[in-house]
Amino acid sequence: MPIEIDIVHVARLARLALTPEELERYRTQLGVILDHAARVQAVDTTGFAPTAHPLGLTNTFRTDEVRSPLDREEVLSQGPLVRDGYFEVPPALEGT
Amino acid sequence: MSLADLTIVEAGVRLRSGEASSVDLLNAVIERASFTEAQLHCYLTIDHEGARRAAETADREMAAGTDRGLLHGIPLALKDNFCTRGLATTCSSQILAGYVPPYDATVVSRLRSGGVVIVGKTNLDEFAMGSSTENSAFGPTRNPWDPERVPGGSSGGSAAAVAVGSALGGFGSDTGGSIRQPASLCGVVGFKPTYGLVSRYGLVAFASSLDQIGPLARTVEDALTLFEAVAGHDPLDATSFPGEVPEMRAGFEAGPRGIRVGVVKQLSGDGYEQPVAAAMSQMLDRLTNDGAEIVEVSLPTFDLALSCYYLIAPAEASANLARFDGVRYGLRVEGETVEEMMARTRAEGFGPEVIRRILLGTYSLSAGYYDAFYGQANRLRTKLIQELDDIHRRVDVLISPTSPTVAFELGARTQDPLAMYLSDVCTIPADLAGTPAISVPVGLDERGLPIGLQVMAPPLGEPIMFRMARAVEERAGFGARPSMAGTPS
Repeated sequence: MPIEIDIVHVARLARLALTPEELERYRTQLGVILDHAARVQAVDTTGFAPTAHPLGLTNTFRTDEVRSPLDREEVLSQGPLVRDGYFEVPPALEGT
Repeated sequence: MSLADLTIVEAGVRLRSGEASSVDLLNAVIERASFTEAQLHCYLTIDHEGARRAAETADREMAAGTDRGLLHGIPLALKDNFCTRGLATTCSSQILAGYVPPYDATVVSRLRSGGVVIVGKTNLDEFAMGSSTENSAFGPTRNPWDPERVPGGSSGGSAAAVAVGSALGGFGSDTGGSIRQPASLCGVVGFKPTYGLVSRYGLVAFASSLDQIGPLARTVEDALTLFEAVAGHDPLDATSFPGEVPEMRAGFEAGPRGIRVGVVKQLSGDGYEQPVAAAMSQMLDRLTNDGAEIVEVSLPTFDLALSCYYLIAPAEASANLARFDGVRYGLRVEGETVEEMMARTRAEGFGPEVIRRILLGTYSLSAGYYDAFYGQANRLRTKLIQELDDIHRRVDVLISPTSPTVAFELGARTQDPLAMYLSDVCTIPADLAGTPAISVPVGLDERGLPIGLQVMAPPLGEPIMFRMARAVEERAGFGARPSMAGTPS
């Protein structure tokens, strides 16, 4: 059974403004790749916990030491739009 | 012979005897780059000034009796997904064009304090996604053995630079084979350590449960030397292994006698080029003659490793790459709202392979599909790890080809993502299992293209892996260099 992909929804979730032609091309390609990848579903994995860290390392902690942060000016110098020590972005909601 | 053709070990001897300075070594690799770069495009940035300063400092210190260790004064190439303070870091992506990191990756700071001379930053598939270095926004790297062919990827720039002599060694990152496969296609050694042995702080993240940094070099001993300089726990990387790095030099030259070698049934057969298969069986014969015990083993889950990988890696990538949103660094394309700005920036800034993987990952993590795809792939991953654990009760190492084929022609696989993904079928299992694996060049096919074999070992099995890799290297006696490395007429 071919895998159904709501590509418009997926692109929105991924914050990618793609053209209808691009969306259609990616939908086709994803279908081929997912058909192949879906072979994993044929295996019975009952009783196997999902891997998180391949060596099984769990919660690790480091000592809570005061360290100097990155240089503020150096960090801000990379921002595409910076004002008064902040990164500036367009409004999050339309009409605000 | 040019100083650019020395191994790191040989160069170290000359530095200490006063026969050559670090500046001499740097001049030699820069001179090599001056006539190979136009054709190969290994580097995205050559840091002429910074490298010269570092080489001069290394020479001054050495003269004053300060020796920072085996990499003191050695010119190396770094893949352009390592953050280097004050030096552009692009990940071969338009979305990071112009980005100058405000900090050094842990690997970079360890190399700097070891007296290394960073020649520059090498080309890669965008965000390390690819197997040919063709997915670079700044144009492909070409294979020094045949410029009509790819160097492999994603660390193709570092592999080609080491092969041709525009660096004495280098570093890359490996998520699905991105160090070992280009090493194999370029005729150099490439090593992916046990997951967690090298800090990834400052490595631009692709798939966090898989990414590992490792060296590319001309010999197994050089690879070991590079690895030793950067390995070890780092509190800045929560996945970093907190124990000791295993001692690897003691048995390094002990040879293959008594080592139980597993040959994986699933990594052979159709799709493996004849010269690759022949090189493999020849090497197994030699190892048998010298006292290794060869055992055929079956790891059924290996057949599904590629599928498993193409669910896990894109899922993690889609989360990691969410940070490229036009706010704090890199490209911004304006929009009316913040969402529009981000969506336009990302669509314009990312290349097609990165977009494909972000979409794939977003899909397999999305509501209703998560368990069937990402969840199932990670359970299968556990099954693969257990299969490997079981096999390692019977064998010490596994040997396979590194790549089913030698270097392929530019453009040959770019139209078929799945065919490109199949380039990594031999290397992916060690990434999924977090185990150490190394590619060693063993010969050339009839067209003069390099063939590599892979040695895999259990987690923290670096000592036995290096011992076997050295045995393979010694028996192969691979000394060939691409003709392009010769002095131009």
